[in-house]
Amino acid sequence: MTKSILLIGVGGQGTILISKILSAGFAEMGYDVKMSEIHGMSQRGGSVTTMIRYGDDVYSPNFGEAEADVVISFEKSEAVRALPMLKAGGTLITDDYEIYSVPVLTGASTYPFDALDQLRKMVPNTIVIEAFRTAEKLGNSRCQNIVLLGKLVKTMRLDKTVDWRSLVASNVPERTVDINLRAYETGYNM
Amino acid sequence: MSTKVMMSGNEAIARGVWEAGVHVAAAYPGTPSTEILENIGALYKDDIYCEWSCNEKVAFEVASGASIGGARAFCAFKHVGMNVATDPIFSMGYAGVNGGLVFVTADDPGCWSSQNEQDNRLYAPHAKIAMLEPSDSQECLDYVKAGYVLSERYDTPVMIRVTTRVCHSKSLVVTGERQDVEVRKYERNPSKFALLPAVALARHPIREKLLSDMEEYAYTCPFNIVEENEKTSVGVITSGISYQHSKEVFGSKASYLKLGLTYPLSKKLIKEFCERFETIYVIEENEPYLETQVRALGFTNVHGKDLIPICNELNAGILRRVLLNEEPGETYHVEANAPARPPTMCAGCPHRGFFFSLTKVSDRIAAAGDIGCYGLGTQAPFNGFGFSLCMGAGLSSLVGFSEALRRQGDDRKALGMVGDSTFFHSGLTSLIDIVASEANVIACILDNSITAMTGHQDNPGTARNLMGQPSPVIDIVALVRACGIDENHLRVVDPLDMKAMDAALNDGINASGPFVIITKRPCVLIKEVARANGRRHAIIDSEKCVGCKQCMKIACPAIAFKDGKSVIPDGSGCTGCGLCTQMCKFGAISIVEE
Repeated sequence: MTKSILLIGVGGQGTILISKILSAGFAEMGYDVKMSEIHGMSQRGGSVTTMIRYGDDVYSPNFGEAEADVVISFEKSEAVRALPMLKAGGTLITDDYEIYSVPVLTGASTYPFDALDQLRKMVPNTIVIEAFRTAEKLGNSRCQNIVLLGKLVKTMRLDKTVDWRSLVASNVPERTVDINLRAYETGYNM
Repeated sequence: MSTKVMMSGNEAIARGVWEAGVHVAAAYPGTPSTEILENIGALYKDDIYCEWSCNEKVAFEVASGASIGGARAFCAFKHVGMNVATDPIFSMGYAGVNGGLVFVTADDPGCWSSQNEQDNRLYAPHAKIAMLEPSDSQECLDYVKAGYVLSERYDTPVMIRVTTRVCHSKSLVVTGERQDVEVRKYERNPSKFALLPAVALARHPIREKLLSDMEEYAYTCPFNIVEENEKTSVGVITSGISYQHSKEVFGSKASYLKLGLTYPLSKKLIKEFCERFETIYVIEENEPYLETQVRALGFTNVHGKDLIPICNELNAGILRRVLLNEEPGETYHVEANAPARPPTMCAGCPHRGFFFSLTKVSDRIAAAGDIGCYGLGTQAPFNGFGFSLCMGAGLSSLVGFSEALRRQGDDRKALGMVGDSTFFHSGLTSLIDIVASEANVIACILDNSITAMTGHQDNPGTARNLMGQPSPVIDIVALVRACGIDENHLRVVDPLDMKAMDAALNDGINASGPFVIITKRPCVLIKEVARANGRRHAIIDSEKCVGCKQCMKIACPAIAFKDGKSVIPDGSGCTGCGLCTQMCKFGAISIVEE
């Protein structure tokens, strides 16, 4: 059975790096894996998504509405954007971090500050973590993605056969290995 | 020894180019094709001469020259880039090759990063060249290598047609080693390669014969696969990424004709397949390219674009809905809406200064845009330009546009813009046309010293090439002067210096004849620029801030408004560019370096 994961965030938040680590982990578990990224204009502060699919034989690298088993959102309002992709019974993991888009800053759009309450009410498997703030406290807010990875590994019980710590270590810049490993541990234990 | 690694389609194509023993590779960047040459430059430059060419036509001509000279050559571009390159492509279709010549067109169904979703498969029969369509990363690598064999056997350029989902999806790939290929000897052969009318006319029947030989080969080509499943009444004919979606939807409930070599098509193979099934689905994105061929063979039990949308990208969910009447499963709904989050100019982007100054003269100009990060300037709140077409049109369209305005008594001045890379791509010829026609327009060259939108590729203005070597700098200001623009009609300004930027635009509006404004300020994301900026950023003194929101008018993503005051929060990405300090009448914003 093929499982589908959607990662959503804002350009520059590092969604692609954890997709890469996750894919490597699934491959190590012996699964067929496909991962689909969208680059280009969306990098300039736009909403960005990455899709990962794993299973015995994976065909399409991407998927449509109501097909994600798990949605991981790096930003609160992006969780709302991704919601139609989550299938009933699926798991939503979201950071409570807020990034205001230019239409919000200029007053053309309003930001859904109460989104988490609504999400918690509607989606039984909603997990909210302060990944950005945790990474910031550890000393580098850019490790937000690895905090989320730790939480995901724990939630999905993915650490039976894969050493995620060494995958993290081999996929981040050498001088940031220590802080990223701490970010992973912290996320895992949150 | 072979190993299995996760690779994107683009990485796998680059690997295939290297394994095929290619000697020369050229491209112009364009999403979703860019990473192909980036990977060749980063990983294989010791074995392959590679370059970012000025434009796609130049790139294909570089590759063509290499092929005619006897080297194995490669070229890549996005779908609209192929429009620029078609002139030499069609010629090479007649001439054929010496060393193998393979090129990639990366199409963009869904317009993720493009001005249209044209389906370049239609080019293959038009240019009379072979076409291969891989559906995942492994096939990307394999087809590129096989492409060189076909190119040399059938004396044809080979087009590899991929789409965004193939280019930017990763899957597991078994890699091999580089094949040692000798450069074939160059011998002067004008009756093949010098395409004067008599030569071209003689080459045409040769090409037709080669295509018919290739069609015969297509029947047994290992990339055209019949996948049989027992007790199925449905046959699916498909290619590229649509094959993956088809498998996802039908699994073992259909049989498949998966076509890898999609031009020339084997009529015999298609006929034999269609005859065996009650219902045939032709599943493909965008144009009914395969379907038209299937219908031309006289089959009527065929469904394609009568059910499957011609517009936008496909996925398995869409196919389930239109072919099986299956609606998506249950999901969740909340009342909250996600606010629009369009891509925006980065904090510190030099284009912000240009577009903000443009808003002050918006009633005196009518503006044209072009392709690049500055394309974002058409969005609110800048509402900078009213139309944009393709690379270079931001300047050349002004000649006709200004004439149209004049004839309707509209005295607004036509103003257009291109970036530095776009100027090298096709803006120079456009500028020459403006000067030669004495058009009364303002041509702006927004020089941020990099090809920014596609992710920072070098260009002839950046002093560095794809192989990481220092390269000569082409001086845009000197080029503009050499085109006949004198000092009275030329301004070179820092776009973040608001007074200078305003003055340049006003001078341009008041001048008559061709007027050129060059804005010079490097992209803030260039590593060296970011390093030099260090910890520089702006701070807002909340005592002095009166909450007038004047600084918000520049739509900088680093400035937020909280509790009646403007603030620049930690981690906002502020680079201390200083544009907002020029907006504040109360001296509340200052630049610090800590």
